[in-house]
Amino acid sequence: MNFFVQVWQIVVKYYPHLLKGIGMTLLISLVGTLIGLVIGLLTGVVRTTPFSKNRAVRILHKILNGIIACYIEIFRGTPMMVQAMVIYWGYAFMNGGQTLPLIPAGIFIVSINTGAYMAEIVRGGIISIDKGQFEGAYSVGMTHPQAMLHVVIPQVMRNILPSISNEFVINIKDTSVLNVIGVAELYHVAGTIKAMSFQTFQTYAVVCVLYFIMTFSVTRILRGFEKKLSGSKNYTICGSQSDPAAEIHVKGEAK
Amino acid sequence: MNEIVLEHLEKSFGDHKVLLDVNLTVNKGEVISVIGSSGSGKSTMLRCINLLEEPTGGVIKYKGDDILTLNLSKYRTQVGMVFQQFNLFDNMTALENCVKPQVKVLKRKRDEAEKIAKEYIEKVGMSAYVNARPSQLSGGQKQRIAIARALSMNPEVILFDEPTSALDPEMVGEVLDVIKNLAKSGLTMIVVTHEMAFAREVSDRVIFMDGGVVLEEGTPEELFGNPKMPRTREFLSRYLNG
Repeated sequence: MNFFVQVWQIVVKYYPHLLKGIGMTLLISLVGTLIGLVIGLLTGVVRTTPFSKNRAVRILHKILNGIIACYIEIFRGTPMMVQAMVIYWGYAFMNGGQTLPLIPAGIFIVSINTGAYMAEIVRGGIISIDKGQFEGAYSVGMTHPQAMLHVVIPQVMRNILPSISNEFVINIKDTSVLNVIGVAELYHVAGTIKAMSFQTFQTYAVVCVLYFIMTFSVTRILRGFEKKLSGSKNYTICGSQSDPAAEIHVKGEAK
Repeated sequence: MNEIVLEHLEKSFGDHKVLLDVNLTVNKGEVISVIGSSGSGKSTMLRCINLLEEPTGGVIKYKGDDILTLNLSKYRTQVGMVFQQFNLFDNMTALENCVKPQVKVLKRKRDEAEKIAKEYIEKVGMSAYVNARPSQLSGGQKQRIAIARALSMNPEVILFDEPTSALDPEMVGEVLDVIKNLAKSGLTMIVVTHEMAFAREVSDRVIFMDGGVVLEEGTPEELFGNPKMPRTREFLSRYLNG
């Protein structure tokens, strides 16, 4: 079993490189996903806010909505690899050859790309919340921002968590395109190892398994988090009308 | 003293005119029931009073001031609302539903807000469920918490928008009992309802709406006992004969 021996040797010999690559991939994809989520929340809130009666504010709001729409279309409609090249070398072009530091550049590119997707995810999440939740909040005197912050967004977050973890998994894989600007994430590291070991298949087999382990663990962790948020309590039915002390406990309740 | 006055209130959604010309005066401490068939504009009128819908014509006055000139948030804390679909905050417990608005809107201290909330939750007979989430409660229980939430803001007026229409017959009673007790407490209330027996028993005045106007109004005895308009008679006979 020559293949497995070679694979093992690659792992043993190059594990510091591999670990660094994994660290970089996770760092960029995690931070990128989180910043992307923040972008999504901000744009989602702006786009679902009703237009003001004040004419100036309304016009400003419409312009902002237009800018957001352009941003989403452009960043969803072009490949991240091309965005990376355009942003990285565009910056260098405009600053006399001075390039951006690699890690912040990588995080910036992933964030802004993820933000475009998150914007639609969050908007969909806000739209899907029953209008009654807003009305309930308004009826006790909450303003639109208060209703968003205290009532709607917490529910949106819970509902879109599966989509967020989906984006995170996509980002773990898609940070590999950052190797075009030379960010030392896992795929870039694989290229280096290949060049040193001359064992292309074996190297990428190792990297393939590592990517899968990362995405699989992240999926499991976030799935657990999701379950915790939705809570086993949802399966409890409290009380009947005739007997306020009555409580029916359904299997699976933590108590 | 006139608490709420509607003058020539109009509301249309596009070409569809729902309220044509509604005139109504609500005095302080008065309990008013609004009856009428579906589509007659009862709920729309109520939603206009709370400015969940913006009137397209006419004036609504609260204590003499046009409500459009008032601070909306402050006005809504004084004129609370209870919805057909409860509209409890799904992400909060029953207690938190009553506490959060006090803390965020009235800027009350948390301890104080909790004390007030618990007081009203007890008043609606829901003390055993302070920590339950809306998804764990039955419809009648949800509605009672929604009433406690409205009361926690210490409003002067509460608008009830068909508070029992989404409930099954067994739960209607528990909610109506709560509202009946409130009626005795001197709170100004406008109740849109299909519960005729309740309207008859509780109200100081009953309003019959039809086709976007107030067609007839009077004391429960007058309106139920001796309705003047043929349309009112027709509507009531359908209810009374089952």
